[in-house]
Amino acid sequence: MREITYRQALNEALAEELARDPNVFLMGEEVAEYNGAYKVSQGLLERFGPRRIIDTPISENGFAGMGVGAAMVGLRPIIEFMTFSFSFVAFDQVVNNAPNMLTMSGGQFNIPITFRGPNGPAHQLGATHSHATECLYANVPGLKICTPATPRDAKGLLKTAIRDNNPVLVLESELLYSSKGMVEPEDFELLIPLGQAELKREGSDVTIVCYAQTVPLALAAAETLENDEEISAEVLDLRSIKPLDLEAILKSVSKTHRVVVVEQDRPFCGVGAEVCYRIQREIFDALDAPILRVAQEDVPMPYNERLEKAVLPSAEKLIAAVKRVCYT
Amino acid sequence: MQPPELRDEVEMLSLMLLIRRFEERASQQYQAQKIGGFCHLYIGQEAVVCGAVAAARPDDYLITAYRDHAHALARGTTADACMAELFGKATGCSRGLGGSMHYFDKEHHMYGGHAIVGAHVPLAVGMAFASKYRDEDRVTLCFFGDGAINQGAFHEALNLAGLYKLPVVFICENNLYAMGTSVERSTSLKRLVDRAEGYDIPGTVIDGMNFREVRDKLGEIIDSIRKDPHPAFAEIQTYRYRGHSMSDPASYRTKEQLEKFRGDDPITRLRAQLTREEKLTNEQFDKIDKEAKETALASVKFAEESPEPPLEELYDYTYVNGSAS
Repeated sequence: MREITYRQALNEALAEELARDPNVFLMGEEVAEYNGAYKVSQGLLERFGPRRIIDTPISENGFAGMGVGAAMVGLRPIIEFMTFSFSFVAFDQVVNNAPNMLTMSGGQFNIPITFRGPNGPAHQLGATHSHATECLYANVPGLKICTPATPRDAKGLLKTAIRDNNPVLVLESELLYSSKGMVEPEDFELLIPLGQAELKREGSDVTIVCYAQTVPLALAAAETLENDEEISAEVLDLRSIKPLDLEAILKSVSKTHRVVVVEQDRPFCGVGAEVCYRIQREIFDALDAPILRVAQEDVPMPYNERLEKAVLPSAEKLIAAVKRVCYT
Repeated sequence: MQPPELRDEVEMLSLMLLIRRFEERASQQYQAQKIGGFCHLYIGQEAVVCGAVAAARPDDYLITAYRDHAHALARGTTADACMAELFGKATGCSRGLGGSMHYFDKEHHMYGGHAIVGAHVPLAVGMAFASKYRDEDRVTLCFFGDGAINQGAFHEALNLAGLYKLPVVFICENNLYAMGTSVERSTSLKRLVDRAEGYDIPGTVIDGMNFREVRDKLGEIIDSIRKDPHPAFAEIQTYRYRGHSMSDPASYRTKEQLEKFRGDDPITRLRAQLTREEKLTNEQFDKIDKEAKETALASVKFAEESPEPPLEELYDYTYVNGSAS
């Protein structure tokens, strides 16, 4: 194992899959000559050439659709959105064309495409650039969605996504690109299955369900809860939103009997709403307290730093919610 | 023994007749409520897709919008599979899961059947991209209506195709109406073909009621693309005799206009050309028309007798199993 950044992990995943399969190509804005807006594709143009690392004009609908068309005839496109906030310009391609094709064609055309890029609020980017899109896309049958929070998960999930025969959204986190973590050596084939959550911290009093940017937040809160409140929190990182690892959620909740879901999206029809519904449906009697959710406030994202902070989930909000479900 | 080219023209006339007779039957079955959803008929436009198919190779990629019955039939999808799809049956070309607007036939290189106006034009560019990526000499034929040329996806796609010099023919089937809105009321251009100029893509205007002109002009375009990959744009002027869909009485246009185009019917025209040149007798025409009618009628029987897609398979087509080897 060695320590690398989340960005480097994604870069390695791309390079390994490009080297492995000649049908894989990377397309998007600034991915080639600029080396990626967030430098995730650094060095790939030099290594793989302009045939496979393709700069596009600012035409999300156009190049996302190109990816779907290329996938129909056997290529395996990786389409980078500079941010998933821009994927709305290509919404029709992502929700109508990519996931519907298999059904509409009676099983003749599967779409092995990866849409990837940063997702979720970053820092003071304002309303248009701060969208957490996971709950929107999770509503669409035919899409798979993963949300890596660590360098290891970023590498392993992206590689799996590229090899999957269905459309997969890899929702990265801008705020995590420079974060570091331990990852297997480069010659190790790291594939992490979609739909498999991971316990990031064991505990006995409460389960904190989290993903993406809320994972480091949950881990920090769990430390504080342990030290200051003597509450032992278990931190379950979903890693994939769809398929959802219900089994792992139920296993943890059956042990702790208390749950807080901390999500980076908005509360109305958010990911946490689905998680809550499934827990109460399956193991209502195992719950010792109502489930609480910590999500964004239900407002367009303000630019002002203090207000933005008030909108976002935070360790303080999470700790308060945990104390409430623990009746302390 | 007829020389190949002449045999082909009679064959293509048969195909145009099959498309028309098929759709007449579809119309009848729709009115009998055997067919659900929307149903958009191509009657009047047959020479466009038939001319294109005659000019292309069978393995050239073909993709179109929602008025797609003719495109599948022209590519070789059977009338049985097409009618069964309208009936929502498991034997349909999309297993009864797609319907009228979503015909697919991978074996015959028919890539749909796309019902969001303009949304498939980027897909066509992606298919052409794949041809170039793999150094194949396939050309992509991308059909759409005059209504699509005002969609953003169309403009983005043309720019991308022009930028990357991709082997695709954008075939605008200008039937003068986007649903009920005439070209004059929807488009700032006088000549639709001028859309192509903005992307430095060569454009051609073609009489879509004349099979030979469609075939020959598209043939030249396709040949030149095959030699040296680039996009091209063809505005094919045509007319649909029926309304936008089955529920549309088309009261936004005049009887005179309809009669004018009917008088220039593509089937009548090709028949007259062949008859004049003594390549087709009235008896031969009657025979192929009778065959077309019989095939269309038989397809209704086939569709009626076919099974529904099984309920147990409801979840089988949302995701495909497995991954790249």
